[in-house]
Order: sequence, then structure tokens, then C-alpha cells
Amino acid sequence: MIRVLLPEHLRTLAQVRGDVEIDIHGPVTQRSVLDALEARYPMLRGTIRDQVTGQRRPFLRFFACEEDLSHEAPDAPLPDVVASGAEPLVILGAIAGG
Amino acid sequence: MSKVRVLAGTRKGAFILESDGKREKWDVSGPHFAGWEMYHLKGSLADPNRIYASQTSGWFGQIIQRSDDGGRTWHQPGTPPGETPTPGPPKAASNKFVYDTSAETGKPLTTHQFYDGTQHPWEFKRVWHLEPSLTDPDTVYAGVEDAAIFRSTDGGENWKELPGLRGHGTGPKWQPGAGGMCLHTIILDPGSRSLETQRIWIAISAAGAFRTDDGGKTWKPINKGLYSQYIPDPRAEVGHCVHHIAMNPSRPGVLFMQKHWDVMRSDDAGDNWKEVSGNLPTDFGFVIDVHAHEPETIYVVPIKSDSEHFVPDGKLRVYRSRTGGNEWEALTKGLPQSNCYVNVLRDAMAVDSLDKCGIYFGTSGGQVYASADAGDSWNPIVRDLPGVLSIEVQTLK
Repeated sequence: MIRVLLPEHLRTLAQVRGDVEIDIHGPVTQRSVLDALEARYPMLRGTIRDQVTGQRRPFLRFFACEEDLSHEAPDAPLPDVVASGAEPLVILGAIAGG
Repeated sequence: MSKVRVLAGTRKGAFILESDGKREKWDVSGPHFAGWEMYHLKGSLADPNRIYASQTSGWFGQIIQRSDDGGRTWHQPGTPPGETPTPGPPKAASNKFVYDTSAETGKPLTTHQFYDGTQHPWEFKRVWHLEPSLTDPDTVYAGVEDAAIFRSTDGGENWKELPGLRGHGTGPKWQPGAGGMCLHTIILDPGSRSLETQRIWIAISAAGAFRTDDGGKTWKPINKGLYSQYIPDPRAEVGHCVHHIAMNPSRPGVLFMQKHWDVMRSDDAGDNWKEVSGNLPTDFGFVIDVHAHEPETIYVVPIKSDSEHFVPDGKLRVYRSRTGGNEWEALTKGLPQSNCYVNVLRDAMAVDSLDKCGIYFGTSGGQVYASADAGDSWNPIVRDLPGVLSIEVQTLK
């Protein structure tokens, strides 16, 4: 069970509270987590990564274990504590005013 | 008794303002989609309970929302809340606006001019305007930034570009205005009988006005008579910063335009334009609209200049012409006449179809003003919303 913490606006959009828990079959990577997240919450398609290129939206970041994983390769394994569900993958909006 | 529903898009959510036909007491609901920029909401004439909304964010991108009950509840088309996703490809892609790059219809995939004059590829940013079909609640057009027009025929679940506009040849001369290179105005001819023959007028900042007579397959620039000093050839075929166009449905083909500077009119469906700024204190502005029953009565809100986006002299004045332009009168009763420095953006004025005609506009300061007597007097419906991006009105029987 992977835990994903979404920004408030996306929690509202997906109509969830707190962490989202999703099952991943196979390697736990940014891409596999986002694929599973979007499959379960189709309303999030396009809000975290571009629907055509698959690129992370520029004002969003991925954190875990107090590390910035935003620039890791999409298919790089996430930390074991994220894969085990001990720590969440945090998706958050960059602080850019507003 | 008739009712009026005002749909207000603001920088931090949407609000719905409802009143009976007297338009004196208002119920306000919202914010819907709190915290998001709501560029535009518009109801279907064919089914007034059907409302489309453009929800956008620099962080999270574009969301299309739809209500089938007059704005009480909303969902993203194709992904109703609570519905369990099924395996396989998504059955809807209501957030997905992808430029057509197919060999059959999307080529050439052109570039446009960037602020610095270099060529720049098209990049989708947001939906500025949603225009529901006049006859089918499931058909709706979207005007987007970077400028292009999309159409959905399944209630907003899937969108397809009408690529003939973006690719018809002048794209490399289009450039963004201060707000981005947006397609912000879509007007449907009520006399058109099918999707394939639908006549559509659109306007782009800063490219100008265009018209299709074949449902969007082919387009022609309709900017003859426009004069813009900020482009190398002031009378060029394209490149003009048209801010908004309005038309009374009873007279398709008579168009009124608020350009960056200049108020214009056309009596031949846009083929030729002439200036009707007349005695306006300044002819810079964003909004323009037409009285629902008097097709020669038009309204603008003059703004001081392109570098000072607020009303002149600290006075909020709507100007009305009963002669189709040139002769204008200031309408001030009920509007602040000192220390007022708001702007009124291009999609932030609308009219109802009651008798007397109601006029509505929203300001960058968050006020929504209504006139139940065709502009003679005004009252604020609300004073303290976030900055207003768009106003639309539904007249409900």
C-alpha cells in the first residue's frame, strides 16, 4: 500500500481526505504511482503531469523522506519506506505566490 | 415568473447569483471551486440546467466542469463523483485539450510570434471561453490559449480541435497580448442549420477576428478597416488586438467590437469595419455588449489606457449608445463616481432578455453590478467577491 499526499486543491477535486492509499503491482516508481493514482481518480488526469508528454507540471514537486525527488527519473525506484507505505509520497504545489 | 441566473467567474472561484424577474433581491451561492481561477461559465440555451465551467490553475492545469442541475452540483464530464473507475483506457478526457497534429487535418503545425518577435510553438494553457451550441446541450465550443478553438459533441467529455483556424496560414503572425495569446470570443450564428454549416465568429488577442461559414473547416480573417498602431503595418490582415465582439441574435452579421483601442462596428458579418468611438472619453476598453431587444443600443466601459487599466477620472461609467455607436451617453446612477480604479475584463458583461433589458458587469475589484432598466440605474448585487473574470446571464422562464 503506497500513501500519497495530495495538495489541498487536488484532494478537493478527487473528493478525498488525508492520504490517498493505492496498491501498486510491480516496481514502485513515480510513474507507476501516478499511473495508479490517475486510474483510481480519473479527475486528476492532467493535473499533476501533462497528458501528452507525461512531464511533471512545472509548479508541482515530489517530496519523500525529506528529500526532493522532483528531478529523479520517472522510472527510478522510490525509497523503500515509500514503497512499504511507511512514508508518503508528497505531491505539492511550488510556492510561487498566490 | 421569470428568473435570472448570473454566473460569475472570479480569480478565486465561481459564484451564482439568482433573482426573480424584478432583479432586486439576490441569492448568492459559492464559492464553487474555491481557490481556482474560473475563467468562464456559460449555460446552454437548449437546456438552461446545463452549465459548463472552465476551472484553471497555473499549478494544476485545466479542468472542465459541468452542471446538469443549474449549478447546484458539478462534475467533470465523464468522471462523475463516486463512480468506480473501470480498467482500460479512460472513457472520457474532459481535461485533455491537444492540438491536432494529424497528417490529415493538423498539418502544418505552425508556430506563432512570441513577445520578442521570435517564433514559438503552440502550447496549451487554459480555456478562456466556453460557448454552448444554441440547439444541442451536448455540443460546446472552447476558445483556448494558445489560440485555437475546440469542440465537444458529448457534453464536454472529449474535445477535438477545429484545426483549420490555427493552421490556415497566418498563425506565424499571431502574437500574445498582455493576457496571453487567447481565443476569447466565440459567437454562433443562430441562422445556421447544422454543425457542418455553422457560421462562427471568433476573436483572438492579438490576431484579430475570424469567421467560418462551414462549421470550422475553413476560416478567413475579417479585419478590414481595423487600424492598430502597435503592429508594423497598422492595417495588416492579422495582428490586431481585438478585445471582444458582441452581436444581437436577431441581427446576425451586425457586429460590435471593442478593440484594444477603438470601438468598431460591421454591418456585413465582419467583412468591413468602421470606427464608432465617437464622443467616448477614451476608446480603450475590454467589454462590449448589445441590448437584448434594441439591436442599435450598445454598451461599453471605457478604460483609461493600455498602460492604466482602470476607469478614467476615478469614475465608473458605463457608456450607452442608442444609435449603434458614435453618440454615447454616460450612465452613472448607482455607480461610484469618485476614487474608483477598477477594470472590467472582456467577458465580464452580459445582458438578460427580460423587459426591461437587464445589464450586468463585474469588476476587478469584485463588484457585480446590475441594472434592471437597460442601464439607467445600477445596483451592486455583491461588492466583495474576488476579482471578476467573467459574467454570463441566463434568463429562466
